[in-house]
Amino acid sequence: MRARWRAAITALAAVTVMGTGAACGDGGGESNPKVLTYWASQQSPSVQRDKEILEPELRKFTEQTGIKVELEVIPFTELLNKILTATTSGQGPDVLNIGNTWSASLQATGALVGWDSAMMDKLGGAGRFAASALATTGAEGATPAAVPLYNKVYQLYYNKKLFREAGLTDPPATWDEFVAAGKRLTKDTNGDGKPDQWGLALRGQASTVALHYAYILGSARGAKYFDGGKPTFDSPAAVAGIEQYLSWMGRDNIVNPSDAENADWADVYEAFVNHRAGMMLVQTLGKTLSDYKLTDQDYGVAAVPSIGAGGTDIGSFVGGTNISIFKATDNLSGAVDLVKFLTSAPEQVVLNTAFGTIPPVKDATGPAFDTPEVKIARQTMASRAIAMPRVPQETQFETLIGKEVVKWLADTATGKQPNGAQISAALKAAAGKVSAGG
Amino acid sequence: MSRRRLTPYLFLLPALALEVFVHFGPMIAGVVMSGLKLTQYQLAQWWKAPWAGLANYRVVLDVDQPVSASLLSSFLVTVGFTLVVVTASWVFGMAGAVALQNTVRGRGLLRTLFLVPYALPIFAGVITWRFLLQRDNGMLNHVLVDQLGLLDGNAFYLIGSNSFWSLCAVETWREWPFAFLMIMAGLQSIPEEVYEASNMDGASPWRQVRSITLPMLSSVNQVLILVLTLRTFRNFETPYVLFGGTVPDQARLISVEIYQNSFLTFNFGLGSAMSVLLLLFLMVVTAGYLALTRRRVHEV
Repeated sequence: MRARWRAAITALAAVTVMGTGAACGDGGGESNPKVLTYWASQQSPSVQRDKEILEPELRKFTEQTGIKVELEVIPFTELLNKILTATTSGQGPDVLNIGNTWSASLQATGALVGWDSAMMDKLGGAGRFAASALATTGAEGATPAAVPLYNKVYQLYYNKKLFREAGLTDPPATWDEFVAAGKRLTKDTNGDGKPDQWGLALRGQASTVALHYAYILGSARGAKYFDGGKPTFDSPAAVAGIEQYLSWMGRDNIVNPSDAENADWADVYEAFVNHRAGMMLVQTLGKTLSDYKLTDQDYGVAAVPSIGAGGTDIGSFVGGTNISIFKATDNLSGAVDLVKFLTSAPEQVVLNTAFGTIPPVKDATGPAFDTPEVKIARQTMASRAIAMPRVPQETQFETLIGKEVVKWLADTATGKQPNGAQISAALKAAAGKVSAGG
Repeated sequence: MSRRRLTPYLFLLPALALEVFVHFGPMIAGVVMSGLKLTQYQLAQWWKAPWAGLANYRVVLDVDQPVSASLLSSFLVTVGFTLVVVTASWVFGMAGAVALQNTVRGRGLLRTLFLVPYALPIFAGVITWRFLLQRDNGMLNHVLVDQLGLLDGNAFYLIGSNSFWSLCAVETWREWPFAFLMIMAGLQSIPEEVYEASNMDGASPWRQVRSITLPMLSSVNQVLILVLTLRTFRNFETPYVLFGGTVPDQARLISVEIYQNSFLTFNFGLGSAMSVLLLLFLMVVTAGYLALTRRRVHEV
């Protein structure tokens, strides 16, 4: 009886495995040339608006090629999980957007079609794309797994009214000036003895954002987070970068401690719009602030301050969205056509204008890209932005360190800013999690 | 066995096979995955992932390693959380059910009101709590600090050590209507005459609860406590929604920990090993609990 049970269980396991396995062909068929499924990442404040922007453009594509595109817009918070599920089951879209920092990690799954020079030539050659954007398409030295679609960089947005009231004329250019400006902006306006207007607003509970700051500030001091594939998170430069970030709320006291609870950008925008914060450091916003009825009379845009002497001038990482083709596609040539269409100069102008992002292709020009915001962003992209670590463990790095920084900010908010030794020890433990079992 | 006796079983066989497959298929897949070295490199063809034997379990159980230390801390948080929530839910459920046992005016209305948290979609309910508990604009601080003046400065409820109690409060709010519902149903089955007889003997209401209600509810309570414990122990949605993605250490439940290990750090083998250990733990607890309580229930 026992032997029979064992046989049954083995058979069951085999069926389970094969049932999933049979669905996973190894990529790039042409059996379904008239239809494409496209997973677009949410780029505007609402999924609905993304659809309204993308659908007319995709209709043009259908008119040109006769290929129908089934569009699904997915918020970034759900996108990675959906991609992983699709990768495991082999049931996914033909074309998909990915957060550009995930490129190397997703490349390692082997689920994405590679973009060698022959493939890139179909898009007009790699030379059409900005070099900094191309550096986000996969691991160093490997065939890229994605093509740049939209770019963003961190920028400093400042509230002109509060700057005037504080007697500040120019946005800060260095971090020292930044903290000094923050201190002048932080004050008690209703006379209850507690400050209610602050220098800076932060989205403190978002691990992705916390990691961005830690990475930018650490890299400016020369921190390297990976040595080959080996994590080296606990360098003194990395620790100093994190301490700088925490000190804005802690020692410098230019951030409302309650910001440690902020889970959404909307919390930060509201503080900025309602004159409760003078500055915010966010990725290229485009039209977001006009939703709050702000114009460039109300706010200014500047580059992220620099570290000054003794460091590297780094103001941002290269943020944005890439586009990839799923290997399990049954319409490879159609998928390439769609990528070609979306990265063509006219579509790049339309889409990047609508989303308020920076086009990664050099031949996309137009009046929408002559604003100070985009000019500064393009300068940052060209000379002050670095890619996130180009290793398969990048998503682990983002999650593990991001979570730690969020916790430290929470400690700082409750009056217990961690010291360098505590930070260093926790970074070392986080590095241990990256290698564990993997 | 004659053919006639076999026939009904043959008819049942397809349904049984399907049920076994649907029920145990994912579990077996999980157990198999826990023995694989399964990270993003193997994901697209996970059935070809190299066999890791017990390596994942060794990582999970070696408390000197960061992965295991953090799992252990989340396990302890979950045990504390489960004890608090199950106790509080049961006490509230019992109190509510006993209070509404006798016909009081507006009983139907109160019953409906008590069940609202249970009927509300999880996200809607928990996100409302998030708003209430915010430090600057939340209602709790507004009442405690601005109106009653009980606290000096605004406290944090969503970060730091208070986050554990916030999580317990929200989860109790979600779970106690279930306890209320079960106990209320159990109370209906206690014959009215028993209470009448004890009234004649001059028993106080408190004595009635202790000597009649509780013993006669023991079989309901046995199931209720078990179900509450299992539900609470595996809870994921409440911390995930309440803390907006990054759960503070003090409130990090074990399912959040497993989620982070599988989906955020791409280590599915490790995540599966943790899930299997959780499954084993809950099976042991359930078996132990049933063995311990069976005798007592039967004595009644």
